[in-house]
Amino acid sequence: MTDSAIPPQTPVAALPGGEVTGGPVLAADGKPLKHSLKRALRREKLRALALISPLLIFILVAFVAPIADMLFRSVENQIVAETLPRTVETLRDEGLPPGDAPGEEVFAALYTDLVVAAEYKSHTRLGSRLNYEMTGISSLFRSTGRDVGRFDTDIYTDQFVEAAPALENPVAWTNWMAEDAVRDALPRATDAWDAWATLTVEANNDDPLEEDVPDFVFTALYRDLAAGAQPPAEFPQVDVSGFESVSIKELFIDSDDDWADPEVWQIIKTYSPAYTDGYFLNAVDMMNGPDGTAEWRPESETIYLTLFMRTMWMSLAITFSCILLGYPIAYLLSTLPLRSANVLMILVLLPFWTSLLVRTSAWKVLLQQEGVINDTLVAIGIVSDANRLALINNATGTIIAMTHILLPFMILPLYSVMKTIPPSYMRAAKSMGANDWTAFWRVWFPLSVPGIGAGSILAFILSIGYYITPEIVGGTHGVFISNRIAYHISSSLNWGLAAALGSILLALVLALYWVYDRIVGIDNVKLGG
Amino acid sequence: MTIKRMMTATTALCAAATMAGAESHVEMANEMTIVSWGGAYQESQLKAYVEPYQAMHPEVTVVWDESSAEAVAKLRAQNEAGNVTWDLVDATAADAMRLCDEGLAMEIDADEMLAPAPDGTPASEDFGDMLVSDCFIPQIAYSYTFGYRNDVAEWDGKQPESICDVFDLENFPGQRSLEKRPHNNLEWALICDGVAYEDVYDVLETDEGQDRAFAKLDTIKDETIWWSSGADTPQLLADGEVVFGSTYNGRLFSLIVEQDQPVNMMWDTQSYDLDGWIIPAGLEGPALARVQDFLYFATDTQRLADQAKYISYGPARASSAPLVGEHATLGIDMAPHMPTNPENAKGAFVQNYEWWADYRDDLDAKFQAWLAQ
Repeated sequence: MTDSAIPPQTPVAALPGGEVTGGPVLAADGKPLKHSLKRALRREKLRALALISPLLIFILVAFVAPIADMLFRSVENQIVAETLPRTVETLRDEGLPPGDAPGEEVFAALYTDLVVAAEYKSHTRLGSRLNYEMTGISSLFRSTGRDVGRFDTDIYTDQFVEAAPALENPVAWTNWMAEDAVRDALPRATDAWDAWATLTVEANNDDPLEEDVPDFVFTALYRDLAAGAQPPAEFPQVDVSGFESVSIKELFIDSDDDWADPEVWQIIKTYSPAYTDGYFLNAVDMMNGPDGTAEWRPESETIYLTLFMRTMWMSLAITFSCILLGYPIAYLLSTLPLRSANVLMILVLLPFWTSLLVRTSAWKVLLQQEGVINDTLVAIGIVSDANRLALINNATGTIIAMTHILLPFMILPLYSVMKTIPPSYMRAAKSMGANDWTAFWRVWFPLSVPGIGAGSILAFILSIGYYITPEIVGGTHGVFISNRIAYHISSSLNWGLAAALGSILLALVLALYWVYDRIVGIDNVKLGG
Repeated sequence: MTIKRMMTATTALCAAATMAGAESHVEMANEMTIVSWGGAYQESQLKAYVEPYQAMHPEVTVVWDESSAEAVAKLRAQNEAGNVTWDLVDATAADAMRLCDEGLAMEIDADEMLAPAPDGTPASEDFGDMLVSDCFIPQIAYSYTFGYRNDVAEWDGKQPESICDVFDLENFPGQRSLEKRPHNNLEWALICDGVAYEDVYDVLETDEGQDRAFAKLDTIKDETIWWSSGADTPQLLADGEVVFGSTYNGRLFSLIVEQDQPVNMMWDTQSYDLDGWIIPAGLEGPALARVQDFLYFATDTQRLADQAKYISYGPARASSAPLVGEHATLGIDMAPHMPTNPENAKGAFVQNYEWWADYRDDLDAKFQAWLAQ
């Protein structure tokens, strides 16, 4: 849009004595001219860079980085693997039996994960995340998180302590867990004890040397020993073959029978990788189906494609009505004498200086069914009282109010471009025999096209991201995609989906800009003389 | 710890040093940032809680932030940035639940942190069912209810008495305004489709039940304006744009009583909601001590009853109800205007927050898709 690039100044290179030699051309200091030139150019570039660097750094830090960070959320999905690391790993190794919940091993991993997550209170967060994909997971995690600390796994603790009282001593545990031989022999118990010791210090600010070793560590120990682990001699030798045991899976299903639902497990498995296409699929009304492939959402839940299409066509409609209304005004402004043009200009700018909310609310008063316009129409008999026009809370309302709000953005570039068209051109055309219309259409109009281009880009890009006006006057059929983005940012907290919708909107705008450049040419856009 | 907080902590230290431990040994910050809704509601909190508290503790200054409508998103952003600048946040029960789930709100122990009722009933019993989340300290019960114009010629002098009259276009023609969210609308639709109060959520869990609710709403969809701000319905009613409209009962109170518009209140099947405090997770030291001290005072029986002098929302404590008096400026008795007043509460419906926490995302998508059809 601007020609901001500073033309590099080429240093005047003195040819030594004007001699023509066969070797490289040398500068005054005897170095090859090519190198000197390059160095000088680089210095120029660096200086230019240094001059713009404050702005560049500001834009990078305050604008590009936050946007990039926000857009990154549209694929980021580490929460599942971070909250349920053991479950995710076991699930990956074991796989999921088709149409069924997984086996005891996965539930045992989930047990450890969930006890730890509940201590850190991160399980409800994961529940909210997965609830975006399947209704009901939120309360599943919340309720089981409440229960999981009281699962009937204390029978293991009791039996172990009865068989070897030393196992009750937290200090002894710390010593055993310092031995590599013990750690190697008892992988599950080691893992559980490590997790417990870390959270005791981190989350509860307690000392693992003084706190009772919890049930889930004994459960893990039982699973190790039942699987045939042979701990070294310094660890108490307990024969668990006679132990009474409980099924962890049953305990989970007792707590909430949704744990037996294969669909829940499919969701956990589908969303266990660190990156997901789920948000983007959701943003175009698709989802990851039960077999892990993308499929369309049922029709009763499709909304985003409609909204994207609507945002596009309504923004186009608003841009065109801005051109229709703005062009004659700009023409008038640019042809009137300066004094009267300035007065009219203030009228154009006046709404610019009025609060957006005030203007939008004023439209409400004007457009509603009991409003000024309808009352007038009824009074002069154009519309009957029973058939008052629906001008607001629909697409019409959005187009009217937004055209009004964006009109100055169309008029100002048009005006500044038209101002530079010399009036003598029109006179010249007429002197050559053109009538008023031909002179306008063949001479004036083509010269004003760059202004239309600039105004259209401004109005279109502004309207595509508009949010507050459609929210107030748009009803249900006049809201834009930005209203849903705002909803997901501030209300549902589904920032991943909001980021995906935002990325798509950004890509659409860039694509349209590219098309525009191809058709009209971005060099043909002028904001002024 | 933020710089601001460190500074307040230092100020508190200095103040404590000069006072030489005058009253208590717990250091408390002297500045509190309270987040609320602005408008008449925040004014009622200022008058009923904050000004009396400041009269007892003149050293305390309060900074208000009118961000409650975006509290969930802002608190999450502050938390991610590691710079939570709020000390106390007013939030609806549903938002409080979400904040609690996200780990952004502190869990509270009602009996430990809140004052018992004057007769010694522990706080947890006094608040009872109102304690809907582990992080939530309720202040008021408000309700979503309907107002209707009492001067509609087409109604032939009939007055609507039941929620189902909203769905009755034959006897009560005219435009309605409903909230642009699934909450309450789906429940009301099912109740008027013949579902008993206690079965509403069981029915709404099934696809058939949802279809049933949407089908019922379909009957009035063409005659409905959907609102997203609490101020919309009062304006639409006052302009005669709609004849029926749902909104918060406090908004209708000011429309009917303070602005004297030809509108009546319909309490039938009013749907209760709660509003209260949450403490941002991670608040500690003198700042937390001050907030706890303030909360103990501001949520006691008398203070909650006092708030009802300024706004027509019901106190969340059972023990506050008998103490509700007259409006501070209008001088009218406030008890009949409380959603919790036994006469008004007869047909009240209680929202199931836990259920909505699960179904909110799903039903919202369906609701928006239904609206767009």
